[in-house]
Amino acid sequence: MAQAINSRRGPVTGTAKRAKKRKPFLLDLYSTAVGKKYVMAITGIVLIGFVITHMIGNLKMYLGKEDFNHYAEFLREMLVPILPRTVFLWLFRGMLVTAGALHVHSAYGLTIINRSARSVKYQSPRDYQVANFASRTMRWTGIIVFLFLFWHLADLTWGTVNALGTSAADGKFVRGDAYGNVVRSFERPPVALLYIVANIALGTHLFHGVWSLFQSIGWSNPRFNKWRRWLATGIATVVVVGNVSFPIAVLAGIVGQ
Amino acid sequence: MTASHGKHLTNLTLTIWRQKGPNDGGAFESYRIDSISDEASFLEMLDVLNENLIGEGREAVTFDHDCREGICGTCSLMIDGQAHGPQRGTATCQLHMRKFESNATIVIEPWRATAFPIIKDLMVDRSAFDRIIENGGYITAQTGGAPDANLIPVPKPVADAAMDAAECIGCGACVAACPNGAANLFTAAKVAHLNLLPQGQAERFSRTEAMVETMDEYFGSCTNHGECEAACPKEISIDVIALMHKDYRKAKIANRKELARK
Repeated sequence: MAQAINSRRGPVTGTAKRAKKRKPFLLDLYSTAVGKKYVMAITGIVLIGFVITHMIGNLKMYLGKEDFNHYAEFLREMLVPILPRTVFLWLFRGMLVTAGALHVHSAYGLTIINRSARSVKYQSPRDYQVANFASRTMRWTGIIVFLFLFWHLADLTWGTVNALGTSAADGKFVRGDAYGNVVRSFERPPVALLYIVANIALGTHLFHGVWSLFQSIGWSNPRFNKWRRWLATGIATVVVVGNVSFPIAVLAGIVGQ
Repeated sequence: MTASHGKHLTNLTLTIWRQKGPNDGGAFESYRIDSISDEASFLEMLDVLNENLIGEGREAVTFDHDCREGICGTCSLMIDGQAHGPQRGTATCQLHMRKFESNATIVIEPWRATAFPIIKDLMVDRSAFDRIIENGGYITAQTGGAPDANLIPVPKPVADAAMDAAECIGCGACVAACPNGAANLFTAAKVAHLNLLPQGQAERFSRTEAMVETMDEYFGSCTNHGECEAACPKEISIDVIALMHKDYRKAKIANRKELARK
């Protein structure tokens, strides 16, 4: 069985070893870097699934106010005869928050590990060969998307930073009128720009993340390996094009009251 | 080095990391090479520099080297920000001066990783790799007379894939090139080499678990940049990393079932 040298990640000294204490299975797995990457990949799949579904759902915007608000209401009424109203929605939200929290926690843990793995940096400039912009900026695009998430919730779920009028007519957040809230929010050009920037960051994150998760989980086969890059490019493109189209459509007047 | 035929590079500036010992701060120092044949290897160029330094009564630059034919994995060197220099699939010893231009400034730095402490100048201690190998880089073999050749049939594609992984010379360029200082390519090459072959099946899962967890004690984590593959003098594919990640997840479950029987 694996043994741990006394000083974890200390200088390479010799042979003083002790038997490794076993934690409960999932914690044991999560305590390793490879295990953290599994968690990152699996929660990533959950979040990618949500992002794609969210984008497709929002396309209803192009069918008009009635269809869009009907869809928003449907989300609250999912599985209604089986569960009371909004219960499934809250279960779903709970899963997403858990996945998001684990995704961020594992990223934080891995960043600490990686920083300590090269405590003295290269003193001359590196000349990277294949690491691309997306893979080099995963932490930054991740942080941008994470912070944007709070704005997005405050804007279109809680309504605290939605258009701050006094009545629905001159721009007030109206609970249940998802369509109107989106239009009122995106009619402000700086807000529209914020959504566009955040979605480009999300697309960049997905461009590396979707490819990377295959490696992390260990899904590699000459039969489909060349498709992994195409899938990542495809998902990133579809999500960015779909999501960025909404603020542009509102500003261009294609979607309006 | 004074061959009259062939081209020569002139007026090279070498910016080399000098560090007296493991606890010294270290700093870059500049040296000049007036003329060197473009047929000289990079290490021969450093030999020339050291001859000059010794002649001047100064201390020679310490660097690792052994076979000088690209098979021992002893040479290292970060050359102009790339592990083993600018030529793909080539160790420093097989890199030749024809890849450089006259009047160039060449920056030479040791591998940098917490697990590879600098011993002196450009020489680092890579024994963290030995700790990984000790924990699973072996197979169970019968003692006694040598078995007949081809007693164990190995499908050709499997033998080829295992050989591709077995090409690893353990130089540490993957760790040096990785922005995270991860050793996943090294460990995965060793794991894949043994896990693919029938002879390696007995310890397949205990090996994977032990080697991955030993790697984890010293090195960073893989974020799939692919820099290791680009730097590897044997051009080992990061596909082996995916294979290791797959076997590790299987191992965690398989080993646990084994333990439960005790």
